[in-house]
Amino acid sequence: MTSVTDAPENPLPFGRSRHRGTTGNRVIRWLRANLFSSIPSTIISLLLILVLAKAYASLVQWGFWNAIWSVPGNDTNACRAIRGLGACWAVVPEKFRFILFGTYPFDQQWRPALATLTFIALFFLSSRPSFWRRELVLVWAAALLVIGLLMWGGLPGLPFVSQDRWGGLPVTLILATFGLAFGFPLGILVALGRRSKLPAIRSLCVLYVELIRGVPLISLLFMASVMFPLFMPDGVNIDKLLRAQIAFVLYAGAYLAEVIRGGLQAVPRGQHEAADALGLSYWQKNGLIILPQAIRHVIPPLVNTFIAFFKDTSLVLIIGIFDLLTTAKTAIIDPAWQSFSVEVYLFVGLIYFAFCFAMSRYSRRLEAQAGST
Amino acid sequence: MTTSTPRHPPGPRWRISLSNERFAGLLWQIVVVGIAIAVVAWLWSNAIHNLSVRRISTGFAFLGREAGMPIADTWLAYSPQNTYLRAFIVGVVNTLRVAAIGIVLATVLGTMIGIARLSSNWLLSRLAAVYVEVLRDVPLLLQLLFWYVLMQGLPAARAAWKPIDGVYLSNRGLVLPSIPIEGGNLWVMAAAAVGLIGCYGLRRRLIARQMLDGQPRRLWPYALVLVVGLPALVSWGLGVSWTITMPELRGFNFVGGLTLSPEYFALLVALVTYTSAFIAEIVRSGIQAVPRGQWDAAMALGLRRSFVLQHIVMPQALRVIIPPMTSQYLNLTKNSSLAVAVGYQDIVSIANTTLNQTGQAIEAIALIMAVFLTISLGISLFMNWYNARIALVER
Repeated sequence: MTSVTDAPENPLPFGRSRHRGTTGNRVIRWLRANLFSSIPSTIISLLLILVLAKAYASLVQWGFWNAIWSVPGNDTNACRAIRGLGACWAVVPEKFRFILFGTYPFDQQWRPALATLTFIALFFLSSRPSFWRRELVLVWAAALLVIGLLMWGGLPGLPFVSQDRWGGLPVTLILATFGLAFGFPLGILVALGRRSKLPAIRSLCVLYVELIRGVPLISLLFMASVMFPLFMPDGVNIDKLLRAQIAFVLYAGAYLAEVIRGGLQAVPRGQHEAADALGLSYWQKNGLIILPQAIRHVIPPLVNTFIAFFKDTSLVLIIGIFDLLTTAKTAIIDPAWQSFSVEVYLFVGLIYFAFCFAMSRYSRRLEAQAGST
Repeated sequence: MTTSTPRHPPGPRWRISLSNERFAGLLWQIVVVGIAIAVVAWLWSNAIHNLSVRRISTGFAFLGREAGMPIADTWLAYSPQNTYLRAFIVGVVNTLRVAAIGIVLATVLGTMIGIARLSSNWLLSRLAAVYVEVLRDVPLLLQLLFWYVLMQGLPAARAAWKPIDGVYLSNRGLVLPSIPIEGGNLWVMAAAAVGLIGCYGLRRRLIARQMLDGQPRRLWPYALVLVVGLPALVSWGLGVSWTITMPELRGFNFVGGLTLSPEYFALLVALVTYTSAFIAEIVRSGIQAVPRGQWDAAMALGLRRSFVLQHIVMPQALRVIIPPMTSQYLNLTKNSSLAVAVGYQDIVSIANTTLNQTGQAIEAIALIMAVFLTISLGISLFMNWYNARIALVER
């Protein structure tokens, strides 16, 4: 291991140099400062360059040079011939409609596509601080309504599609978004309850949060898929997707409650006292004074919780709900394409990565802004 | 309630009115707890009714019945004729096996990558950053399936990949040379453990004496005697033979040695790489949280950088690192339940099979939850103890 520095604050040697050099000189000085500053550092650099060059070469060879981008029909013999030497990207154009939208009727797939775009627009809108107002709740309600209409249909011109046929990316987004939309208010209530002066309410909230956080998400999903029907009266038959959705709301509620509680603790006591002095009721005090400040404190950790939550929706694979990961895994059951799962997983991984990376970049920017003010 | 009525100051005064704080508080609690009890009672009565309709008997009596499920990868003696209870215990051991080794490896790898991210070598720090970013932003389950597919794509046992003598990587998993744990070898290992404990006690005494007179004392000569000498003496005294079993290819599979099944290996790799990305970030921010003045002061004393990192920065960084590290350990343990997706038989997978075979849904899920709550509690208690130990002692 090389030596540790506090890189950002440490002025680089070439920044201090008195004489200005040519670009070539600057490059050499940069290389000397950052790659070859000492003997161990030089050894590490050379080793890494060697390993990276080798990995890069074999990756390019596999992913581009030897790769097959399309095959006629379902004839994958050409792909099989180069298995291990080159990627078979032909599987992606062949299967991407199924991976993205599952078994949704083929000629109607513009609807889930539009729903997905609505989701992305909704996320984009919610990320702008200028939209952080009460009206945002109405925008969310309207958007979720539109998405429901698009997915279910049942209007003239939009034939009804039952949720057994939903699949792929929209299902992932639905599980994550509705989980958050309902989990968030639940989390606020539980966080308030956990800080309440009333012992019975406080212990109820502690029990809920610790129980949910202490067990793996899979056991909650098993509960939703096998235990939930046992707990319902005769004749009540709740759809599998909705049961998983309820499990996700309960799960998100517990984790969000802990984040929000952290924010509540950061609000100074004086704010409580001032609100009490104005004669505000408990709900007025929290809704108007405390929560707006508390939530602003914890926006970056909230976004991190959203990222974790978005990734966790993939666990529904285990109870057989057709989210993005399940459709990907199902797509390669097809015997002709069976041996090209690596390509499919890379494709789906890229989609997940795009969403999570955007969110984590956003969270980091917010943190930087909060740090600079 | 009108705005003109004066509010009662909070205190011992009692009045049956919604504007009385104590009365309102009591009422709220009764209402909320009442609703909670009513919901639970309603769910429970439904469950009792449904179970009686489906003729499923409740209770844990099924644990004594023959399980009849094969378990491929186990450290305990087990056959399908054993009871469900035994199958559950095997599952718990399998969960602990992957979680404990995963925690150790993830900590080592994560710390290395976290320090690499702070390296003055640009290439190394960028590479570490890319590693962290990519692994954190892809779901663990996807990574697990990916590793498992890669494992299955490895050559067959005959054409196994052999990096060093005795280590084989094939689609049968990873095969390593092993030392038989039995008889005299066990005594030697016990001697090594005694030596380690002795070393720890000695170190504390030496530090306590250094506190008194300021003279640094060497530990390593004693450590050498205790940790190496003592076991060697026992080994020589008992005449233990240290034959390492080398795996051998016979037919289509390996004989001898220690085999890590592809399922176990894929799960371990996925858990370790995924968690190490989070641990790297925790270590990095922990080290950065130590004020720059600490570095400067130590360097001004003429200490070496590695010494500064080890003895001045790390002990302070640990105070920031331990609490989030605890939750990563808990996450890793809970995430080990994804084993069910690749068919490694951990507690969740075995409970799931039991559930399908017997229909005892409530009991099986209750057992999963009880096991994980116990493990979580254990890890939390240990980490809280450790955190209290390294905490800053303030006057």
